[in-house]
Formats: sequence, structure tokens, C-alpha cells
Amino acid sequence: MNPVLASLTRYAVGLGVFVWTALPIYHLLIIALSPPQDAVASGLVPKNVTLENFTTVLSASHNLVSYFWRQLANSAFIAIMTSALTLFVAVLATFAITRLKIPGGRTITNIALLTYLIPAAFLAIPMYKTMGQYGLTDSPWSMILSMVTLASPYAIWVMNQASAKLPDELDEAAKIDGATPLQILRHVYIPLMAPTLVAIGTYALLLAWNEYLYAFLMLSTERQLTLAVALGVFLAFDDAPWSLLMATGLIYALPPTAVYYAFRRFLVAGLTEGSVKS
Amino acid sequence: MSSARREAFLPSRAIALPEETARPPMSSERFWAIAFVLPYMVVFALFVVYPVYYGLRVGLNPVGYNKLVQDPVFYSTIWNTILFLTIAVNLKMLAALFLSGFFIRQEWWIRALSVIFLIAWAMPSIPTILSFRWMFNPEWGMVNAIIFELFRIEGPGWLTERHYGLGLAMMVHIWKSLPFWTLILMAARLAIPRDLYEAAAVDGATLGQAFRYVTWPSLRGLFLTSMLLSTIWSLGDFNSIYLLTGGGPADLTQVLATLGIRYLRQDQLDVALSAIIVAMPGILPIVWYLMRRLSQAKAA
Repeated sequence: MNPVLASLTRYAVGLGVFVWTALPIYHLLIIALSPPQDAVASGLVPKNVTLENFTTVLSASHNLVSYFWRQLANSAFIAIMTSALTLFVAVLATFAITRLKIPGGRTITNIALLTYLIPAAFLAIPMYKTMGQYGLTDSPWSMILSMVTLASPYAIWVMNQASAKLPDELDEAAKIDGATPLQILRHVYIPLMAPTLVAIGTYALLLAWNEYLYAFLMLSTERQLTLAVALGVFLAFDDAPWSLLMATGLIYALPPTAVYYAFRRFLVAGLTEGSVKS
Repeated sequence: MSSARREAFLPSRAIALPEETARPPMSSERFWAIAFVLPYMVVFALFVVYPVYYGLRVGLNPVGYNKLVQDPVFYSTIWNTILFLTIAVNLKMLAALFLSGFFIRQEWWIRALSVIFLIAWAMPSIPTILSFRWMFNPEWGMVNAIIFELFRIEGPGWLTERHYGLGLAMMVHIWKSLPFWTLILMAARLAIPRDLYEAAAVDGATLGQAFRYVTWPSLRGLFLTSMLLSTIWSLGDFNSIYLLTGGGPADLTQVLATLGIRYLRQDQLDVALSAIIVAMPGILPIVWYLMRRLSQAKAA
């Protein structure tokens, strides 16, 4: 291809990708900045810009956002607990599979991955019912436990790959020094796996914070909702204040996006390393 | 092992428990191995195995299917699901295949753009789906306002007409998951040795030939796996439909995932489970294929 034409094509593709990616986010932003009674985007450039919606949300002074801080805390609690529990469950399992070489370790990993071959909305239905049987209806723990269930297989899989790169001699040397498995785990394994643990912890944190469907099913009272579900509640009102909804949505989207970009290198490395191999 | 690490580790020898030395080391290792996989096994048993067993036990009852096939919405839902899967998954994977080739280029602005491009995957989907919903609102949305300004005509009822609604749901779905699949295919493209392309260029291969004889043979396996995984995951996509059209107008944009959840919310668990189990004949061959591929990849 003619080099001028080729580079023009690249610019066109680049522009297309940029508009495609940025437009919905830009639209979210300009609606969030419009006056509450006038959330109408008549064009690409907003006429009146105001921060009023953000002050309404942050001061919780509209009945749709009256539990804003409580719901933000719910989202944060669920995300942090999911992250911690996923790390706990997955580190132990991976250590047993890759370092202690438990028989059938490979099978355990493969069976864990079966979780992802059940479409999300399909697993959610019986999961919701069984959470009721376990007495966890409308409790943050129903969300935490289902998110740990969804995050762990990926965590174990990624950690298996990272773990395979640590030479076996490390454990051998520690064993000769008389270390117990618990000590090897704590003093050798966890420090060496730190970058992967960061990736997994972040992954589980974002998964739980961003989840809508499970939270929508399992949490029902206003005080227990996460922010994601609270955003959906706006839609139940015909005259939903869209600028307020967009402002709340923007505040809700900021923390995970910031966390994602801060840990992007870890997250992307974990994801792509595994996928190329299998 | 570095000597620093070893030294940091040495003091722990002093606190080794007495019975550790009395027992043969293998059995203690086996004990810890079992103790360590146990938490995950419990999670898997309580929150995957039991729910699936429970779902199948309730869901294989024929009463649910009778109610399901009598619901006139069911047939349009099946059709919508098939349309959604074939169109959205194919478009998404073709776009990802194309863009993965674009984003592995070394120009500074393409690398910068690839960081921006990831934002759709990084952000939670709810605010952007709602942003799309308001953008395409027939009366107040930006899209129809711009159409009116440019052509002086009323734009269509994007979310109140079945095929527009379904098409936009596909678009929202693709918007959200495109960066993920692009990233996966980028990694696969980067793993192809550069000298293959150099050799092809020396032989005078065109871009198309380089793709056909170098890129595609190495991507084919992963591309197929990604397609199949994406099909299963798209089947489970509830948000793109529910938050955009709510399944409306008149339940005409429901897919199996949203229909199942609708029945569940109406306390008709058996019909809800029937609505998802009817998709099993479609997904079981995919699951079987993927499991086989997975165990082969691990063994190799």
C-alpha cells in the first residue's frame, strides 16, 4: 500500500477508535454538569455548566441519593472483603497445588475454571436462591461470597502461571533449613509472589465494586444496596433526574477507574501471560 | 535462592514445632496441602456445586417448561438471543482481531490511544450503559437532537423499537468488552516471532499475504477459543439489555438471561430455571470443547 494512504488510514482508524471510546464518557460528563432541570444535551457542547448535581449527591440532599454515603461504604466494604478473601483462598490453594504438589492439583484448577463456563446470569439465579437458604438474603456477605466464588478461579489460574516460574530449588533450600510449609508460604512464597498478589487483589476489588446483577438480586433494602444497584433504582422513576444520575454514576466510576490505571501493568500482565499459553 | 532471603528465613528454624521433626516430612506436607486447598473447595462446593445441583433439580421439572412455552414472549426471546450472539460476538471478535493489529504498532500516538481505549473495560459498565440510554432517548437525547439539527427530521425511537433496541444493546455490549478481547489478541500477536514477518517481506508478501500465512495460523486456535468463551459470556450478559431497554418495549428485546431474571423476580423459580436450561443444548458442546482444550493445554 502507498505509505501516505497507509498512514491516512491509520489516522482515520485512530480517530474512529477515539470517538467510539470517548463519546459515551464525554456524554456522561456533560449531562452530569448540566443543571438538574435541564439535562438535555441538544448538541456536543453544553450551554450551562454547573456543579450543583455533585453537591446534591455529596450532601445526600435528594431522596434518590439520601443513602449515598451508606451505599458508597457498602460498595467499598464488599469490594475490600472480596479482595482480601479471594487472596486468602487463592494463595493457599495455589501454594498447595504448585508448591506442595497436591495430587490432582491440575484437575482442581480445571474444575475451578468450569465456573466461568456457566453464563453469569445463569449461575446467578440458583446462587440467589441458595444464598437465601444459607440465611444471607440482603446481607453484604451474600455479595462478598458470590464475588469470591467468581474471582477465585481466575486468581488461582493466574497464580498457577506465575508460580510455575519460581524454581523448585527455593522450596528445597527452605526445607533443608527445616522450614514447615507454613513458614515457606509466609517467608518465601508470598514475598516472591507479591506482584501477582497485587494484580489478583486489584482484580477482585474491581470485580466486586463493578458488579451489578448479583447485587441487584441479593440486596434489597435501600440501606444495604451498593452504589451500582442504587444507580439502577433511578430508572424506576419516570421523571428520573438524569443529571443527578449521571453525577452519581461518575462519582461511582471514578475510584475503580483510578485503581485500574494505577495497577494497569500488573493487571494486563497477569491476563495476557496466561491467555497466550493456553 | 539469594543468601539474603535465606538469612531472613533462618531464625524461623528455632520456632519449628517439636512434632514436625517427629513425623516424616511428607505427611506434614500432605496435611498442609489438604488444609490449604480446603477453603477453596468449600467455596466451590457451597457456591457452585450446590447451586448448580439445586438449579438442575428444580429446573428439570417439566411444569416450568410448559409455562415457558406458553409465554408468547419466549419465542421472540429465543430469536433475540440467537441474533444477539451471532451478530454481537462476530462483530466484536472481528473488530478485536483488526484492532489488535492496529494497537501493536509502535507509533507513540497509537500507544497512547491504546491506554485510552482500555477505559471502557476499566470503568464499571452501569454508568456508561445509562449514558447510552439517555443519549439515545428519542425525545431528549443527544443523538436525536443532532439528527434534528442536521436534517430537520424526527429521529427514530431508538429504544422503543425492537430492532433498534436490540442493535443498541449489542453496541453497548461490544463497547464494553471490545478492549478485553483486543488485549488478548494483541498478546497473541506479540508472541509471533518478528523474523517470520521479515522473511515474508523479503519474499515480497503483501500485507494480506502476511496476515494469511503468518498471523492467522498462529492466532487461529486462540481466536476460536476466544469466540467460544465470548459466546458463553455474552449469553450471560444481563446488564446491556436490562439497563438499556429493560427488555421492552412489550418484552420484545428480552434475551434468555433477562427473561430468566424477570421470572425469578416474579417468584417463578421453576420457569426462571427452565428459561436458562433451554440454552444448555447450545452451550454444552462449547463447554465440552473448551474443557478438552484446557486440559490439553495444561498437559502440553
